[in-house]
Amino acid sequence: MVRVRLNGVEREFEDGTTVAALLAGLGRAPQWAAVERNRDVLPRAAFPTTELRDGDVLEVVHLVGGG
Amino acid sequence: MDTLTIASREFHSRLFLGTGKYPTFELMREALERSGTEVVTVAVRRVNLDEAGSGKSMLDFIDTKRCLLLPNTAGCYTVEEAVRTARLAREALGTPWVKLEVIGDPKTLFPDNEGLLAAARTLVGEGFVVLPYCLDDPVLCRKLQDAGCAAVMPLAAPIGSGLGIRNPHNLAIILESVTIPVIVDAGVGTASDAAVAMELGCHGLLCNTGVAGAKDPVMMAEAMRDAVAAGRKAFLAGRIPKKRHAAASSPTQGMIE
Repeated sequence: MVRVRLNGVEREFEDGTTVAALLAGLGRAPQWAAVERNRDVLPRAAFPTTELRDGDVLEVVHLVGGG
Repeated sequence: MDTLTIASREFHSRLFLGTGKYPTFELMREALERSGTEVVTVAVRRVNLDEAGSGKSMLDFIDTKRCLLLPNTAGCYTVEEAVRTARLAREALGTPWVKLEVIGDPKTLFPDNEGLLAAARTLVGEGFVVLPYCLDDPVLCRKLQDAGCAAVMPLAAPIGSGLGIRNPHNLAIILESVTIPVIVDAGVGTASDAAVAMELGCHGLLCNTGVAGAKDPVMMAEAMRDAVAAGRKAFLAGRIPKKRHAAASSPTQGMIE
């Protein structure tokens, strides 16, 4: 298992879980979402190949109404 | 054709609309359509982990062929938060455009000038098209222009206040001070506020709460569209100077005795 901090909450995932799988698990299509991993933006193209690592700090954001 | 150009992109509407606070996405879609807007702002927020995605996004209710999605950095109080949010927005939307906000005070939501300038410089350096929400301060606006911003977005009044154009003279001085477009942002409560801003010569106007919070948001969206167009036309037409005393419209000669 890998332990990560996801949107401020500690979460555990199976070894080898990719960012794409993480988004799918959240019910989010990868379009319109963005992911920051350890303070760096992760390019969308890297979602399917990037595996979560123990200690990762992830921010998963999307777009909402605003002015 | 009177168009607005920002960073080489041409817009036929001078009204920008926000997407917050609408009672429903359907009403928002109708208001955006009837307003004729071509720029809509959106915010960047964490995905809620406890709520499974429905597959429906607010963005499904926006005609992204007609409208540029302009992400904001609303709610950011530090340069770092604003810069990180802008970078995430760029990745999410594939656009380098950002409405930059660095807030300095929770009660007034007034911007932090120093933070705003620092964040603007960083983001311009990274290739962003930066439209900063700022105070109606001509000196600051000139500094933001010098920093490479594509436009300035001075407030008319505090965000969501509906107080209208509190300092038209400052807006007029800003218009004399910068060569980039001036888009009035925040505080526009009703159509006459929009008309006043445009009559001053402002190049565009952003409104969110004034439309979304109206009893009939769709009708207010139309009113704002018409007011922006009317104000712009009056500006281009050139209003008469204000005079203290009367000047008769009818001939003074040829009166019966």
